[in-house]
Amino acid sequence: MAEVLVVVEAAASGVKKVTLELLTLAREIGTPAAVVLGGPGAAEALTARLAEYGAEKIYAAESEEIDGYLVAPKATVVAELVKRVSPAAVLLASTQEGKEIAARLAIKLDNGVLTDAVGLDADGTATQVAFAGATIVKSKVTRGLPIVALRPNSLTPVPAPASPSVESLTVTATESDKLAKVVERVAEQKGARPELSEASVVVSGGRGVASADNFKLVEELADLLGGAVGASRAAVDSGFYPHQFQVGQTGKTVSPQLYIALGISGAIQHRAGMQTSKTIVAVNKDTEAPIFELADYGVVGDLNKVVPQAADEIRKRR
Amino acid sequence: MNIVVLVKQVPDSGAERSLRADDNTVDRGAASNVINEMDEYAIEEALKITEAHGGEVTVLTMGPAGASDSIRKALSMGPAKAVHIVDDALRGSCAVSTSKVIAAALGGLNADIILCGSESTDGRVQVLPHMLAERLGVAALTGARKLTVDGSTLTIERQTDEGYEVVTASTPAVVSVWDTINEPRYPSFKGIMAAKKKPVDTKSLADLGVDASEVGFAGATSTVLDHAQRPPRSAGQKVVDEGDGGVKLVEYLATEKFV
Ligand SMILES: Cc1cc2nc3c(=O)[nH]c(=O)nc-3n(C[C@H](O)[C@H](O)[C@H](O)COP(=O)(O)OP(=O)(O)OC[C@H]3O[C@@H](n4cnc5c(N)ncnc54)[C@H](O)[C@@H]3O)c2cc1C
Ligand SMILES: Cc1cc2nc3c(=O)[nH]c(=O)nc-3n(C[C@H](O)[C@H](O)[C@H](O)COP(=O)(O)OP(=O)(O)OC[C@H]3O[C@@H](n4cnc5c(N)ncnc54)[C@H](O)[C@@H]3O)c2cc1C
Repeated sequence: MAEVLVVVEAAASGVKKVTLELLTLAREIGTPAAVVLGGPGAAEALTARLAEYGAEKIYAAESEEIDGYLVAPKATVVAELVKRVSPAAVLLASTQEGKEIAARLAIKLDNGVLTDAVGLDADGTATQVAFAGATIVKSKVTRGLPIVALRPNSLTPVPAPASPSVESLTVTATESDKLAKVVERVAEQKGARPELSEASVVVSGGRGVASADNFKLVEELADLLGGAVGASRAAVDSGFYPHQFQVGQTGKTVSPQLYIALGISGAIQHRAGMQTSKTIVAVNKDTEAPIFELADYGVVGDLNKVVPQAADEIRKRR
Repeated sequence: MNIVVLVKQVPDSGAERSLRADDNTVDRGAASNVINEMDEYAIEEALKITEAHGGEVTVLTMGPAGASDSIRKALSMGPAKAVHIVDDALRGSCAVSTSKVIAAALGGLNADIILCGSESTDGRVQVLPHMLAERLGVAALTGARKLTVDGSTLTIERQTDEGYEVVTASTPAVVSVWDTINEPRYPSFKGIMAAKKKPVDTKSLADLGVDASEVGFAGATSTVLDHAQRPPRSAGQKVVDEGDGGVKLVEYLATEKFV
């Protein structure tokens, strides 16, 4: 069977969950082969996890240049690999960087690319969601091999232990790969919470939370549920919470098992980022708030009373 | 600084949007069409740069004839002129061929900076900036929440999940922006009147030297086989807090096995 290249995404905590989803999906199409793109030593820390989820092969492209320049050297490495091994497909995460690597790869190979997929059949037919999750699209790459970017939380990763061989790749970045230099990487604190787009529980606050300080209510509930914190645009614009946590049309798209909306009215642009969540719960003092139209469970009430009481109740049940 | 801003017309994200039943393309007739919101931030950033460093801003749009409304709106914010790529053969274009056409148009415009939104609100594919950079062999500084210009050196803060990255490049470069970068100005009355007289250069595929077979449905690298509306979510239970709303909420979470 031909290899299916899975472009690995990792964070400080290790392999991102979406990569494990990609490995799970890759097994349906061919032989999963993980491609690690990072600085020297990047692959070693990830190997065990990639093996646990079925990587039969690990390609390790490790060099200062990969870390030192934005995106372009990674695409060059993957393009070279595609030409050499003729994979059945290239799968990436539908994240900013995953889509950017896919973009360059498509041009280098004169190949089609599909983003925001939530599924992929063995025959290359992808399922995409469009327009705020309201439209489901079946699509296919018609030129070249399927280059498909999968949305985080599209499927449940299933372990399938393998014993991969590791092959290191030589990285030869071209001059035009080295035009955008990464000078510094700055981590902004989000504590020990899971990554927003990958979390299985997301608790979001809106304008109704009323202040940055009061977002501690949202954080507390999120922490009790092991979830990530999100925010509506109104909350972000009011300075209550940083932009990287915005959920919606111009923020992150999340698809957790549980989404809790606190003091969020449920504008169409907010729904765009969360309405494919499995279960939706809302707390809002306005019984007419549109968020209740899609909530599986809604509490009409003041979040300042309901949320602390819920937090206490969860603690009591421990 | 010679700046070209890419502006796409999209169906309003605040209204219902759909694909056409006949050819799976965006139903632009049914929707009210607006400037892709993120692109307004790119226009604002371009104007701020030329106000500080001199130079001229050009708007570049690929889209049907009706996109001229959005071009005038963009010009009313302050750019000097626009290029409108319009050609019936473009219908059904994928991102790969869209980037080919826009790259061809950029070839004649001599831009120091190509500014655009990070993504469009309809396709949301977020691929165009890197596709253009790849085709043109210029730098791509993408996902900017801050941009500083120092001579020919551009530096951005690129928003990431973990925080941000400081990335730098020399002009010419493609820079894509998020909506945290600035606050777009509203067009003034004077601006609206002036926009009516600003030059809009209309280009066909032939003008750009791109063959019709390379774009549109004919040249698409991917195809939509089918689409369907997802059934709308229905409202579930709703309780009014009578002093026990928090407890009830947790009871629900417990039945669903979240606690
Ligand atoms: C192009 C475009 C893109 C956009 N992108 C996004 C996006 O990515 N994400 C996004 O979220 N929005 C986005 N928006 C904005 C969107 O239209 C809404 O303005 C925004 O979602 C509103 O946020 P909100 O629900 O927090 O605020 P509001 O609409 O002001 O709602 C606040 C809610 O809190 C309730 N409330 C107040 N006090 C309390 C209390 N004490 N207890 C309980 N409930 C309380 C109120 O009843 C109300 O329902 C976008 C808009 C445009 C035009
Ligand atoms: C729901 C939907 C899903 C789609 N999925 C795919 C897909 O998976 N693969 C694929 O190849 N194509 C896809 N397309 C087609 C693709 O959206 C168009 O080809 C589009 O012109 C380029 O993509 P974008 O606007 O999403 O680009 P993005 O990369 O999201 O846009 C970034 C920026 O590029 C600029 N820009 C984009 N288009 C234009 C334009 N026409 N004129 C001027 N500036 C522009 C704007 O500044 C914009 O902010 C999809 C379209 C829709 C409606």
